Amino acid sequence: MNINGKLIVSSSPHIRSVETIQSVMIDVMIALFPAALMAVFLFGYRALLTIIIAVAAAMLTEAIWRRKRDIFSDGSAAVTGLLLALILPATVPWWLVIVGSVSAIVVGKQVFGGIGYNIFNPALVGRAILVVSWGGHMAGDIWPSPQPFAFGYDISVVTGATVLAAPEKAVTFSLPELFIGNIAGSLGETSALALLIGGVWLVYKGHIDLRIPGGFIGTVFVIGVLFGGGFYGNIYMTGLFHVLAGGVMIGAIYMATDFVTTPVTPGGRLIFGIGCGLITMLIRLWGALPEGVTFGILLMNAFTPIIDNFTIPQRFGGVKKSA
Amino acid sequence: MAQSSFKGGVHPEDYKEMTSSLAIVKMPLPGKVVVPMQQHIGAPCELLADVEKIEKGCSVKAGQKLGDNKGFVSAPVHAPTSGTVVDIGPYNHPLGMKITAVTIEPDGKDEWADNIKPAGNLEDLSPDDIRKVVREAGIVGLGGATFPAHVKLSPPEGKPIDVVIINGAECEPYLTADHRVMLEKSEEIIFGLKTMIKALGAAEGIIGIENNKPDAQKVMESLVAEEENIRVCSLPTKYPQGAEKMLINVTTGRIVPAGELPMEVGVVNHNVGTAVAITQAIREGKPLVERILTVTGLGVNEPANLQVRLGTLASEVLEYCGGLKETTVKLLMGGPMMGLAQPNTDIPIIKGTSGILALTDEDVSLSESSPCIRCAKCVSVCPMSLMPTSIAKAAEHGDFKRAEKLYGLDCFECGCCSYICPSKIPLVQWIRIGKNEIMKSKKS
Repeated sequence: MNINGKLIVSSSPHIRSVETIQSVMIDVMIALFPAALMAVFLFGYRALLTIIIAVAAAMLTEAIWRRKRDIFSDGSAAVTGLLLALILPATVPWWLVIVGSVSAIVVGKQVFGGIGYNIFNPALVGRAILVVSWGGHMAGDIWPSPQPFAFGYDISVVTGATVLAAPEKAVTFSLPELFIGNIAGSLGETSALALLIGGVWLVYKGHIDLRIPGGFIGTVFVIGVLFGGGFYGNIYMTGLFHVLAGGVMIGAIYMATDFVTTPVTPGGRLIFGIGCGLITMLIRLWGALPEGVTFGILLMNAFTPIIDNFTIPQRFGGVKKSA
Repeated sequence: MAQSSFKGGVHPEDYKEMTSSLAIVKMPLPGKVVVPMQQHIGAPCELLADVEKIEKGCSVKAGQKLGDNKGFVSAPVHAPTSGTVVDIGPYNHPLGMKITAVTIEPDGKDEWADNIKPAGNLEDLSPDDIRKVVREAGIVGLGGATFPAHVKLSPPEGKPIDVVIINGAECEPYLTADHRVMLEKSEEIIFGLKTMIKALGAAEGIIGIENNKPDAQKVMESLVAEEENIRVCSLPTKYPQGAEKMLINVTTGRIVPAGELPMEVGVVNHNVGTAVAITQAIREGKPLVERILTVTGLGVNEPANLQVRLGTLASEVLEYCGGLKETTVKLLMGGPMMGLAQPNTDIPIIKGTSGILALTDEDVSLSESSPCIRCAKCVSVCPMSLMPTSIAKAAEHGDFKRAEKLYGLDCFECGCCSYICPSKIPLVQWIRIGKNEIMKSKKS
């Protein structure tokens, strides 16, 4: 056959891996599945509804903004919606979920130019806007308690105080309870176990760099040990409490590891993780809010470009051998 | 000491099973050979119009020198077979431009020039003799880099070489030519290595072979069992294991300083095919006029490992392999990671052509690129520990100073970053543009 004239000429390499943005986003959703399942188990239909509304609103907002009919597209809007749902309280009204999703997509991402160009984690931008503007609906000191096995979640009996608002009273929860997640908190943040299962999957797929969650969780633990106040019997248990309580696990594994808004250098990622842990604990122990994960990560997002610039890795053969 | 692996790298599907068990077949003399005056890195050859009276209409013998250059970093080209010179002028070249070439119509007799005779016993040859034989034979690095071999056998004063590494990694997917050479011409590889060790006064020879070729490892190991100063080193199967800096690092633990040559750490690398070519030049006096290459890919009807005369046109080689399938969309000279895409098949095989690869629409990814999502997978696979995404972005924005500050010039274009990128950004292409601009600004 005469092939001449039909051949494509382009620059090497000529083969590409099968991975795409969409396949990575699907992997992230798979990783969040245990946490989402746990949310529905603990907080019943309200969790399910919040997740569906948040994901649908995020995808729809993105499709309308981009004027694309392909509503799933690269999957990033769905991930943003899912993450946002998992960091909202069970008592959040449905319309506020929509406000959060729209804010996340529009203010968090599209105004910067869409995927790849945003500076702040979109889901956290959505949550931050809700916390600041509708504080009354976003819990605060009083958080909804879980009602395991009760799909018809009873919204009138939500009086569980967040463990972080009064840590010294938190001894009512045992550490295993904190680990499994049968405690008051946001929909998907309470179960360290479910979050860890997804985290293992993301590490296996090579989508997250352990330096970020390692630096984040390690810093929270160390500061918890040193300055946590030593409840739970001893200072190490206090450190563990700070790791398991609140949003540290979901933040460290799923939010601080967001590709777009975190450093690309190995050293930068470690610094980023440590910085997130540091700010989180500053807010928790000495700040006005009971929880500091949201603003810890958002603040570090702002430092990402400068961290990258100061942590350019040593190239292969970069250190001259001493003669 | 040897290391278990190097940092970074990727594991593409290798498709080597298509040809790895096929013995090398000697392709019959082609109907036409085209010999470009440049088939190596360095000064191009000048046509020997005066000395050898090479002109249109003259007849030439196999092994007769057609072009040469007095420059040190250069290598002469020879007539691959006997016949008549029918044309001298610009001809398609695998590098994508037209380069002056001598077109010969073979007479079918394949008569060798009178000066083709053995160089003598290795014991009797001095290092200078060896270098002269290798230079006159026009031998260059056959792995694809085509650096003149005699230059690598001539270390400058004060830079002693103690280790010679034979590169049998063959880390490019699809290609199996080196694998077959190790199985079928193993003794010639060892002789070539000994020749290099003698020329360099080196202490040790290492043959590095990826562990996806256990049969080749076994054959080579049995041959060097009696040799005190030669060993076979099993390498992890990972692209780009065959890149010289990675190969040196894994086999010896040495790190070639950024921007320097392997000589800096007392090492010289040569491809297995180069070792065989040196052996043939010493033993038979034969210049480099043929090579082993793999013709493969889903687009080729009958994949093969072939021994072909240099200058044979890709079209003839492909015809010999049963032609191309309709589904072929890309034709490469070399492997899929670093090979060069060709616009047509009217292109001669040159010294650096390790394979002809026909890719179909199934293998070639032609998707549009999306914005960078900063996943940093390119950073983690870069064997040189660079930041491909940042260098590419700097080049894209025309900020070549920043591209240089990010060590853009250290990139050797292995393609791991573009391969792994989920956004399918042509990172290497941008980095190449950046490198060109940096070099331009350095010259001016």
